Amino acid sequence: MRTFPTPEALKRFPFGLADIAVILGTIALLALIGRLGADTMVHFAPPEVSPEIDLDPRNLPYYAGRSTLRMFIALAFSTLFTLIYGYIAARSRRAERMMIPLLDILQSVPVLGFLSITVTGFIALFPGSLLGLEAASIFAIFTSQVWNMTFSFYQSLRTVPQELMEAARLYRLSGWQRFTRLEVPSAMIGLVWNAMMSFGGGWFFVAASEAISVLNQEYTLPGIGSYVEKAIAQENLSALGWAILTIAIVILLVDQLFWRPIVVWSDKFRLEQSAAAASPTSWVYDLLQAARIPRTLGRLLRPLGELTKRALSALTPPRSTYPERDEPGEKGDRIFNLILLLIIGAIIAWMLHFIFRTVGPAEVLKTFWLGLLTLLRVMVLMVIATIIWTPIGVAIGFNPKLARLLQPVVQFLASFPANFIFPFATLFFIRTNISIEWGSILLMALGAQWYILFNSIAGAQTIPTDLREMADNMGLRGWQRWRKVIIPGIFSAWVTGGVTASGGAWNASIVSEIVSWGSNTLTATGLGTYITEATTLGDWPRITLGIAMMSLFVVGFNRLFWRRLYELAETKYHL
Amino acid sequence: MTPKTRLDTALIAVEQVSKSFASPEGKGSFTVLSNINLAIYPGEVVALLGRSGSGKSTLLRIMAGLLSPSEGRVYSNGQPLKGTNTDVAMVFQSFALLPWLTVQENVELGLDAQGVDLAERRRRSLEAIDLVGLDGFESAYPKELSGGMKQRVGFARALVLRPKVLFMDEPFSALDVLTAENLRGEIDDLWNAGQFPSQSILIVTHNIEEAVFLADRIVVLGARPGRIRGIIDVDLPRSHDRTQPRFTALVDYLYTVMTNPDLEVTGLGVAGAVAASPVPAARFEGAAANSVRRSPYEMHLPHARAGSISGLLELLVEKPDGQEDLPRLAERLGLTVDDLLPILDAAVLLGFATVAAGDVKLTDVGREFATTTILQSKDLFRQQLLRHIPVFDSICSTLREKQNGSMRADFFLDLWDEHFPHAEAERQFATAVDWGRYAELFEYDADEERLYLPEAQLVA
Repeated sequence: MRTFPTPEALKRFPFGLADIAVILGTIALLALIGRLGADTMVHFAPPEVSPEIDLDPRNLPYYAGRSTLRMFIALAFSTLFTLIYGYIAARSRRAERMMIPLLDILQSVPVLGFLSITVTGFIALFPGSLLGLEAASIFAIFTSQVWNMTFSFYQSLRTVPQELMEAARLYRLSGWQRFTRLEVPSAMIGLVWNAMMSFGGGWFFVAASEAISVLNQEYTLPGIGSYVEKAIAQENLSALGWAILTIAIVILLVDQLFWRPIVVWSDKFRLEQSAAAASPTSWVYDLLQAARIPRTLGRLLRPLGELTKRALSALTPPRSTYPERDEPGEKGDRIFNLILLLIIGAIIAWMLHFIFRTVGPAEVLKTFWLGLLTLLRVMVLMVIATIIWTPIGVAIGFNPKLARLLQPVVQFLASFPANFIFPFATLFFIRTNISIEWGSILLMALGAQWYILFNSIAGAQTIPTDLREMADNMGLRGWQRWRKVIIPGIFSAWVTGGVTASGGAWNASIVSEIVSWGSNTLTATGLGTYITEATTLGDWPRITLGIAMMSLFVVGFNRLFWRRLYELAETKYHL
Repeated sequence: MTPKTRLDTALIAVEQVSKSFASPEGKGSFTVLSNINLAIYPGEVVALLGRSGSGKSTLLRIMAGLLSPSEGRVYSNGQPLKGTNTDVAMVFQSFALLPWLTVQENVELGLDAQGVDLAERRRRSLEAIDLVGLDGFESAYPKELSGGMKQRVGFARALVLRPKVLFMDEPFSALDVLTAENLRGEIDDLWNAGQFPSQSILIVTHNIEEAVFLADRIVVLGARPGRIRGIIDVDLPRSHDRTQPRFTALVDYLYTVMTNPDLEVTGLGVAGAVAASPVPAARFEGAAANSVRRSPYEMHLPHARAGSISGLLELLVEKPDGQEDLPRLAERLGLTVDDLLPILDAAVLLGFATVAAGDVKLTDVGREFATTTILQSKDLFRQQLLRHIPVFDSICSTLREKQNGSMRADFFLDLWDEHFPHAEAERQFATAVDWGRYAELFEYDADEERLYLPEAQLVA
């Protein structure tokens, strides 16, 4: 006779331990969001009524929660924007021609330079409420993560296998069904991966956007970023340490509770039709799978799902006539192109007019010179980071056990907001009398270098064992081994890392060329400082000029340098 | 029955259909299909048989309403087709399954789109899954299945819709030989048993045996531009028995037809009585002689590697008389017609072999090529290239006219572009480079994208 139920029977029992965990987790999450969300509506009337930051470490969980909520709201908006923008760009040939270059430019514009414009805009939009600042901060995070998500989605849509599209047409899937059954799923892996990477980068911007001074006015938003800012102003080292500990825990928690389960779940959207060798795992995902509640809920909601599907399918019926895409209407295209050119020309002319009328050509030359200085910093950074991190990355990549162990660590470091470390570096520069002109390179590197390391590891892992054995067999050693096997082997991965790192460095220049500790402010000569100072003063012409110049540098650098390397990587060094 | 009433009963009819694609640079257009007339009737299995470039997949997609014809009309059930053909379901070469849906969800896809409710969807999909022998795999994901099983899902997904005509686009060509054989047999059994959920089948294939085995009528397509060369009735009782002399005679005849693009397709009169066809080598030499005033870039080079040609010849030289039956050769090499024929074409074009009556035979030059040393065989290859294919002489003289003996690849590509769609022009160029390198006529630097004369020639 059995006294205890078998494990199977326990599983059959409608409520398992997993269910209790899921219910508790859901309640806790809802309560947390409610508590944090309510405070975004508080009264705010600068400069009289403005939120104060309390440096007591016990407040840190609350501040971290506020910042995290901002991150997730931005992520939700980014996803929505991505789906709409990417879909339109991929489906309409004309829209594509305008939207993709625009995306390319937006991706290169320094997000932080924009803060000044958006903050004033959003405050005007929500007068008397903190919501304006909140929105500005969320918008900054949004702009930091949305572009490459959109690019990834667009590219996935363009590369959906032809036969799958034909099957969708032949089996008369409605627009909605095609979108949910074919297009979004086939883009899912890239989308999740890019969202996760952008989200990691977003911590940097949440920290930078919570406490800024625009138009001679200090704006503070309760959050972990403004906490750090205040700690710097008060030269409070222990508060800084607590903040760093907190952000590290938050990043780990978000990874474990949110990203891991999503990555595991999205693995089923892999387009290769064979089983993958190593699938990722997540305990949260396993818990949700083991629990009955999600499935029961799913079953209960199914009729509702069917209903919405019917309704949305009825709104987007499959086309019954031949698609027109293979017949370009040349005349219409030419007119379209002409209008586009006129608009672009008008914008450029207006900007030039504005800049020249207000600041004059001498100022333009000056910013160009400052841009060159910052470019020099970015290049020195790239060279040094490459010399230091590529050998380490390759060594890790060649050792599978080490790579498995260290890859999450490097990923963590890449998403750790470097601006939390800035004060320590600043202090170090002040104590050792290192000039910020050079020191800012180190500050920029704090965030950017990890991409080089991360991609070097990944690149080294893709070098086939055969090639490495061949190198041993041929007696290739030292520099020769690097020149013949390793550098060509990791080249394309390095280019990917390099593009990301240099983009990150340009962005970081705005906050790392001018840093402070207490009343000490170190200022380096460069375009980043120029933009920051113009922003603080509210000098619109100079803000515009600075951002335009930096965008020009980034776009030019991408076109002339990275794109060529990228082509080389695609053609010659493709493994 | 008069043709008129026959056409009225057709499930799908194609009338004077042509299809051309504009070249991307706007340099005019290329005709893929020209003046096609074809009808599919209830109760028959029709095969579209053609080599690559014959536009057979394009024709299938026009009949499915996935592509619009440039000229002519398509009728489905007597109604002119304006878009996706709803009477048709298709089985794809690459299966085209959605990897994130289970077997059952994949099968339900079309029903779901039609708005069939949940219970009915379930019932019908399970029935179809049962029919193709996938019982027990309903909740599996495609990546857990073997290729053969995946294609079974493809069949179930199409058949569950009970289409009037089932389209198959090279459905077995992505499977290994044994799996393909097994699945092909099962589909044939299902059709012969009269249980098939569609009224007709249209299959695109480049596999001659498969066409004879499955089809009641075989539509032989010619290439450049795609056109119907003739329709052959397979007058055998179903299921078609491979051991029947009539079966092998048909296969032999089709091999002859496929290796002789100029031969008129009249069908097989008396069993086994295949008229000896003209020696194709003569045709090519004739073409070379006639094209003195025409561009040498007009001639289509079959896409075969120099190494493959050499391999084929070395295989043949071990045969008695240097002769071999084509179906047997294809089977021995495990090559489909699409892989074998270009190699064969190249061997014939270069005067190394001749093809007649479904057999391939070495010429004297071919025998010499296959038995001599590497260096001498290269000389032979060069000699035959220059003798039979004018484009090589043209390339070499262009290079010789230049002082440094080199020329951009673009220059030659442009010349091919005038006669072929760009993708094909690129393949022509790649083939020419492969042959020219092997013959040591010229060298190609892929980094700089330039053709060079070898240094020895430059000094001379």
